[in-house]
Amino acid sequence: MTAIHYIQNIPFFSIFLAMFGGIVTPLFGNGKTAQKVNLIIVTLIGILSAMLLAYLWQKQESFTFMMGHFPAPWGNELRAGPLEALMALSFCCVMALTLIGGGRFVQNDVLPEKQNLYFVMMYLLFGSMLALIYTNDIFTAYVFLEINTIASCAIIMAKGTGESIVATLHYLIICLLGSGLFLIGISLLYGITGHLLMENIQQAILELVQTGEYAFAFAVVIGMIIIGISIKSAVFPFHFMLVSAHPAATPASSGILSGLVLKSFILLNIKMFYCVFTIDLIRSLKITNVLFLFGLIGMVVGSVCALKERRIKHMLAYSSAAQIGYIYMGLGLGNHEGMVAACFHILAHAVTKAMLFICTGGLMEASQGKDSIHSLRGAGHRNLIAGIGFTIGGLSMIGIPLTAGFVSKLYFATATIYSPQKMVITLLTLAVSMILNAMYFIPSAIAIWSPVDKNANRPKPSKAMQGAIGVFVALNIVLGVYYDPIIDMIEMGIGLLG
Amino acid sequence: MINEKKEKSKWRHFVDWVNGEEVIEKPERISFQKINKKILKKLFQKYIWSERKKAAFYLIMCTFVCVVFIGILLHTVSALPYFGSSTNPASNEVVQRYIESGVKETGATNIVTGMILEYRAFDTFGEANVLFLAAICVVMLLKKDKYNTTEKQKAEQEEEKAFDTEDENIILKRVANVLTPLLFLFGIYVVLNGHISPGGGFSGGAIMGAGLILYACVNGQQKAQRFFTYKTFLYMNVISLLTYCLLKGYSFFTGANHLPDIIPKGVPGELLSGGLILPLNICVGIIVMCTIYGFYALFTKGDI
Amino acid sequence: MSNLMTNHYEAAAVILFGIGFMNLLLARNLIKKFIGLNIMDTAVYLFLAAKGYITSRAAPIITEGTIARVEDYINPVPSGLVLTGIVVSVSVTAFSLALVQRLYKHYGSLDLDEIMEKAKKEGKV
Repeated sequence: MTAIHYIQNIPFFSIFLAMFGGIVTPLFGNGKTAQKVNLIIVTLIGILSAMLLAYLWQKQESFTFMMGHFPAPWGNELRAGPLEALMALSFCCVMALTLIGGGRFVQNDVLPEKQNLYFVMMYLLFGSMLALIYTNDIFTAYVFLEINTIASCAIIMAKGTGESIVATLHYLIICLLGSGLFLIGISLLYGITGHLLMENIQQAILELVQTGEYAFAFAVVIGMIIIGISIKSAVFPFHFMLVSAHPAATPASSGILSGLVLKSFILLNIKMFYCVFTIDLIRSLKITNVLFLFGLIGMVVGSVCALKERRIKHMLAYSSAAQIGYIYMGLGLGNHEGMVAACFHILAHAVTKAMLFICTGGLMEASQGKDSIHSLRGAGHRNLIAGIGFTIGGLSMIGIPLTAGFVSKLYFATATIYSPQKMVITLLTLAVSMILNAMYFIPSAIAIWSPVDKNANRPKPSKAMQGAIGVFVALNIVLGVYYDPIIDMIEMGIGLLG
Repeated sequence: MINEKKEKSKWRHFVDWVNGEEVIEKPERISFQKINKKILKKLFQKYIWSERKKAAFYLIMCTFVCVVFIGILLHTVSALPYFGSSTNPASNEVVQRYIESGVKETGATNIVTGMILEYRAFDTFGEANVLFLAAICVVMLLKKDKYNTTEKQKAEQEEEKAFDTEDENIILKRVANVLTPLLFLFGIYVVLNGHISPGGGFSGGAIMGAGLILYACVNGQQKAQRFFTYKTFLYMNVISLLTYCLLKGYSFFTGANHLPDIIPKGVPGELLSGGLILPLNICVGIIVMCTIYGFYALFTKGDI
Repeated sequence: MSNLMTNHYEAAAVILFGIGFMNLLLARNLIKKFIGLNIMDTAVYLFLAAKGYITSRAAPIITEGTIARVEDYINPVPSGLVLTGIVVSVSVTAFSLALVQRLYKHYGSLDLDEIMEKAKKEGKV
């Protein structure tokens, strides 16, 4: 009989709190109450995650948590380390801030009688993302992947217009393609190894690699699982689903979709690399090279498409595709430093892109809801805080020092030293894509600050939105200046993963 | 003035581009070539790369990809452990414990039920949530609101209400009214015996849902609405799932922290046995019943 | 090749999966597209069921009075996975069909190309 170790219960509590919130929310009559309760629960989970992170960072360890009465190969399990806790904490922050900042857009865009249902989706989406971060079992990952798919589609279509329904259909079909591949991959994997828990699979795989049995089947399984997850995280040839989804959705949904949902799949990919297949096997099968290639193409193609675009939300969607390319490039470098840089970029991009979408929503609101860059001229004067947020977000995307984007690019560049054969091409592409980023962000920033008639009607930005953008800007600069401890945490987390 | 606009200087182009009025890609203005690209594009589309050819190319590519895909998978399958053999890697210590100590540890003689509701309960919790989520999504999409109903549909529905078909299809109604309680009885039987025989919450719930659908189908939705409204749907769903969540939360919490479990397992094989499995099955059964009927009602009438 | 004959259930499942995949990519009609998706899912369940089966063994429901020996029963894990998977696939199908119904109400068509064209026109106006 041991004493209860409350800290270790935090992952379980976080997932169940989010799910619990989702289950009770339909009973609330209106969207405002639902939003307030949602905020409280997300903040609570954030505080719990922060405690977990502090504890794990101090102890420098990771632990597994038994879900139920039965230990590892028989029951389900959760796993938490510094990386997982850090991601959970940052997801909480971004989620809470996006919902505070985008609350008014939700109230305007979603029909009043269905607003509380929108928050049900948010809870379940959040719960499924936490489960994907913490899970240590591939079949659980599949179930929560599907929750994630349906909920993310639902938040796109919440607006209810024809355009948003078409966009949802696109998104749904591509996502289902990905989860179909993932499902057959894990079925094959179960057939070969006879396990569903990550650790046990890894042991079985190590044994099988030594005996050389099922070598071809393995390559196929790894390919299917990695490709399946990558499709869902909108890697290069599949980034088109973002382009239809983001403009059609309400800004809060776009922010969460681009900032968090795609990142949770990338994290699952990292977990698959380290906890299931082992990084050496992935490297020897040249999976990293494929991801690297698609990452590079994604970076350039995304930026070029964004450059051609005149509508601001489409531009941001293409920019998201480019940033996903950065992350996959980091994974594809195949070394420890590349992974760390990719993880940091996940944080940086989550913070920046969510803010950009909220700011864009604010700027569009100040320009009669039009979304071409031309009609946004002078919007920065009409909605000051959104303009400032947009500018700083753009600078961070370009990679100006003191912002979060700069640090991740710095680390990407440093990581190339450890993979010399990929060094030149990586550095060149980084430089090109930075220039391209600058070429599309600076003109739009100039456009929103260009002086026009200041007496035009200016809707008063809500206090909540101002506050949220302020905190986002602060977070961005904190990430850009005090990045050392965060890099430490990520390094420790990745070290403990594999 | 007009002339000036036509031949803008490069600086002017740049300023316009910065202002977002012009895209960098405007071949007729910036390019120095005399060839009209539009016509070229048209000709290209007409002779070399028409829409039909594009579609055919897509078709052939897809077929090719799928055939290659099937080929790779077939090759993989041929290398997998043999079908039906007792020595394949999947029959390992996990299966051994499930079968040999499953009855003692979970109290359920149906090993599959014991497995999904005790050993791997977290998956099943996720699965119940998927169903709930789908129900809420369908409500969000199809429940009548100002976007998805037109005037014509409204008028049609009013008309239907006016003609209450009381005396039609009397044989159908009689038979259905006899069948519905029987279906319910069978569904409840399947739910309650989930842990000692084949069946369980999902199958039983589906049978009960079918009973509700039959009733609503034959007697009209208004009659079903007398006892099953949107509110009932919502409350039953939420309360069952909440009970599920709390019970499972309790079980996870005690299990993970090695606390004593106070719920008795009972004698395996009896109706009241299996610890939490019976209440969980009932909750799942109610959720599935409501959801299945909810799908039917929302898909046909847009309301429950 | 002879292995393929032994593993004929798995082979059939894989071929079905490919057919479903192709349907999902190629069909223009939305309902057919989602039927393809369902074929894909069902193929995976057939695959899992085949993986769990062991020749001449019983379903894992232990009757009274017998001693549970692992040699008498098939593998229960894939059955559980199939159960979970079916529910997930039902939910996804319901959601996608609801989406299709909504699109049909809005655009009056089930053809993906036609819907895209109409959506484009609507967006420009």
